[in-house]
Amino acid sequence: MPSPRILIKDHSAEANLFARRTFIGLLVVFVMIGMVLTNLYYLQISRFEDYQTRANGNRIKVLPVAPNRGLIYDRNGILLAENRPVFSLQVIPEDIEDLELTIKALSSLLDIDEEDVSDFYKDLKGTRRFKPVNLVNRLTSKEVALFSAKQHKYPGVSIEARLARYYPYGSALTHVLGYVAKINKKDLQKLSEAGFEANYAATYDIGKRGIEKYHEEKLHGKVGFQEVEVNNQGRIIRILDFNPPAPGQDIVLNIDMKLQLEAEKAFDGKKGSVVAIDPRDGGVLALYSSPSYDPNLFVHGISSKNYKKLLTTDRPLFNRATQGQYPPASTIKPLLALAGLEEKVITLESEINDYGKYKLKNVERVWRDHNPWGHGKVNVTKAIEVSCDIFFYDMAYKLGIDRISENMNEFGFGEYTGIDLHEEADGIMPSRGIVKALFNRPWYIGDTINIGIGQSYWTATPIQLTQAITTLVNKGRRIIPQIIRGNMQNDAVVVQDIKERRPIAIKDEHNWDIVLDAMYGTVNRKGSARKAFRGAHYISAGKTGTAQLVTIGQDEKYDAEKLSKKNRDNAMYVGYAPFDKPQIAVTVVLENAGHGGAEAAPIARKMMDNYFKGQTFPKHTVIEYLGQEQEELELTQAEVQL
Amino acid sequence: MMRTKLAANSRTFLQRIHCDSTLLIGLLVLMAVGLVTIYSAGGQDIGLIQRQLTRLGLALGVMFVVAQIPPMAYQKLSVYFYVIGIAMLIAVLVIGVSSKGAQRWIDLGAFRFQPSEIMKLAVPMMVAWYITRFNLPPKTWHILVGFALVAVPTLLIARQPDLGTSLLIACSGVFGLFLAGMSWRFISFVAIAISAFTPIMWTFLMQDYQKQRVLTFLNPESDPLGAGYHIIQSQIAIGSGGAQGKGWLQGTQSQLEFLPEPHTDFIFAVFSEEFGFWGVVGLLSIYAFIVIRGMLIAVKAQDAFSKILAGSITLTFFVYVFVNMGMVSGILPVVGVPLPLVSYGGTSMVTLLAGFGILMAISTQKRIMSRE
Repeated sequence: MPSPRILIKDHSAEANLFARRTFIGLLVVFVMIGMVLTNLYYLQISRFEDYQTRANGNRIKVLPVAPNRGLIYDRNGILLAENRPVFSLQVIPEDIEDLELTIKALSSLLDIDEEDVSDFYKDLKGTRRFKPVNLVNRLTSKEVALFSAKQHKYPGVSIEARLARYYPYGSALTHVLGYVAKINKKDLQKLSEAGFEANYAATYDIGKRGIEKYHEEKLHGKVGFQEVEVNNQGRIIRILDFNPPAPGQDIVLNIDMKLQLEAEKAFDGKKGSVVAIDPRDGGVLALYSSPSYDPNLFVHGISSKNYKKLLTTDRPLFNRATQGQYPPASTIKPLLALAGLEEKVITLESEINDYGKYKLKNVERVWRDHNPWGHGKVNVTKAIEVSCDIFFYDMAYKLGIDRISENMNEFGFGEYTGIDLHEEADGIMPSRGIVKALFNRPWYIGDTINIGIGQSYWTATPIQLTQAITTLVNKGRRIIPQIIRGNMQNDAVVVQDIKERRPIAIKDEHNWDIVLDAMYGTVNRKGSARKAFRGAHYISAGKTGTAQLVTIGQDEKYDAEKLSKKNRDNAMYVGYAPFDKPQIAVTVVLENAGHGGAEAAPIARKMMDNYFKGQTFPKHTVIEYLGQEQEELELTQAEVQL
Repeated sequence: MMRTKLAANSRTFLQRIHCDSTLLIGLLVLMAVGLVTIYSAGGQDIGLIQRQLTRLGLALGVMFVVAQIPPMAYQKLSVYFYVIGIAMLIAVLVIGVSSKGAQRWIDLGAFRFQPSEIMKLAVPMMVAWYITRFNLPPKTWHILVGFALVAVPTLLIARQPDLGTSLLIACSGVFGLFLAGMSWRFISFVAIAISAFTPIMWTFLMQDYQKQRVLTFLNPESDPLGAGYHIIQSQIAIGSGGAQGKGWLQGTQSQLEFLPEPHTDFIFAVFSEEFGFWGVVGLLSIYAFIVIRGMLIAVKAQDAFSKILAGSITLTFFVYVFVNMGMVSGILPVVGVPLPLVSYGGTSMVTLLAGFGILMAISTQKRIMSRE
């Protein structure tokens, strides 16, 4: 018997069951819709701002725009550093089928050397394939034209223009201006430490030396921003916003380019340096270190071949004017004399009898004058004028090293002048403590005596000497030398304030006049620089110096011919003019050249002649100071040259 | 007889051509939303719209043809469909054409053909046919046979491999069994069995790329530039749409191509970005409207076979919607399931509308039997 339940279907019960199940099914559907909506509510309402930010982060990119670097002018408005468009040849690796073949083809068209190619492959490794890589850093305008005409043949190769620094005066001003060059890893690290990384986001070059480095912050300017919308490929779809960069500050230097060029001409490649400062405001009128080099080589990345040329024994990269540390020799005699007068070790009337030798009791050693037969009776004025060594041996002995150091420190020896250059040395103003610390040697009395003629451990930079002379000329007012004169704003110079240190206070103001008169005498009476300044149309004053680089034996005579060139004496000169109202103070150091009066003073003369060209001064007769009689000052020709 | 006559008299023109106007309106509104979104997502390409319109027209044609066939005919054809479908699935594994690492196609010279599409309808039909041969609720034994009927094509399709489709087909069959009145005890048992099966499936059945998808789904930020990129970008698109949306054609994620496959699988992200949360509420309302209409048709259907078939087709349709939205918004792993009737293209469109054709056939069937 078949089962009846198969035959008889309970339709009503089935319909009810199905309706229930359908209802449950719908319920589940609504629960799922609820889940979707809950999730959507969470994404679109609760976390809306978060996702909006991320969506904007996807599409909006902020591209930095480099500011134009500030221009640099000399005091007369001559442009010293400018920005010129340079063209580089760029390659986008992604767009090129055969890189080697393309480079080969380009080489036949343009001047591409092996170094360019090897540099290119080096850069290529670290760059993403869709980013351009430089193949040639600097195209000539002819090459630009040549390539432009055939550009369609080289897809993925293009010319990029940007502004780069150009120094029209080249090597004449290198040690002042320095240069800019490509920002390297070390620069980046320094920038990020200082928190300036963002400001340099689009910048290519940074100041590496000189004014370019010292005033980097001023010259650089503020980065601008371009807000762009990009797609997922990073391609720019449209520009949303543009904040233009703020260009760097145009600055004006105290440098007088005409004078600076005179310096370059006067040195003509000879090793040495010259610094000229306006004593009225501390402005550096000229600063030249010889030999020099072309800073433009560095702007576009110097080739290793050219760089090696700069690493010679003549050290052109070295700024002799601020980093060269020389024994100051006789140039500091006026300053020592002032100390002697102040400390009342000597008076204007004190005289010694110079017979060419100086000896201490119980000391075997004999100190000699540069003039073997001596200068006879010598007071402080004559001692400076003829550069008498014996007078200063004796005075130094009487002063003692402690008082000398103390007095000379006041003139800034042994410390940085504060000139606006990072390339500066501080020299050594010896004292017992310093010599112990630096050389681990006790102080001997003989050292004190050598200090009297600016030798021994004493070293000073030309800029320090110039600053000291400026202080002397200003009778104790200590102005910090500055290359920068001020900012250029709306075609007018906003001159910056004079920077000063605490002035030197002396007991007897009359002592200034005694010393300055002696420097006058050096040039205008029968002094060691008379010959160099004969016939000048202005009145100057100064002091010669001849720095020994090797110790001449007790009984030997200095003979330039016998000494190798590098051990020959440095010729030095410090001077200023006009004597009554000084406008310029000059220091000249000529390495291994011989006598200061004969070699260095003529360069100072050229500088002053150039500076005062066109200026007229009242006719002048030689001043006889303090009743000194001219007959007493009978000098040999040899002495005049010193 | 009176009742039947009255019923016959009340039949409108649309009913006589077997068109359920309520359902049709729902479908047309959805298609319109789809076209508007494709226009934006596809970079305002009018050619894309024309091709989609052609496809929609063809699918609608298929729907009307299918709607003309009385449900009784489907009941009789179920077994043949199913057997032919299984045969073709086996054929696919043997002589099928590969594309993107999966063997899903049969090349018939003139056109390519995906047998799994047939199974999308054949499986619920077969299940409905089998289970309604007996009194409802079904016996456990019948349920087990029903599961076997579902399992065979599911595993065959999973072997292709096409995990998304196989799971959806499994769903359509299981929905039939559920609607037929499968006992709750058995449902709990199946739930436990599935959780036990998961590790086996992970180890033996899933391909590496499928595993990767699941892993990426679990933590998309672990690989934001690789596999997680799609999900992250999609969520950014949805989230940045906010309540109001960015406006039509204004979606930055889609317009600037940060969104992957914006006019196909990820079109829901485009819609959410441009029309916002309220737009999504509106879109889900349309889907809910269609689902409710489908379930109403099922409830009103005259025989058990029609009820179960209509119900499982409707529920499966919603599962498509849920899986796509869940995948795009990051609550389900990425499986290649388009958003029904909104996404561009897809062979599934024809199958989908054929399903709705069956629903219309059921809905507009002449009431031969009076209800007691």
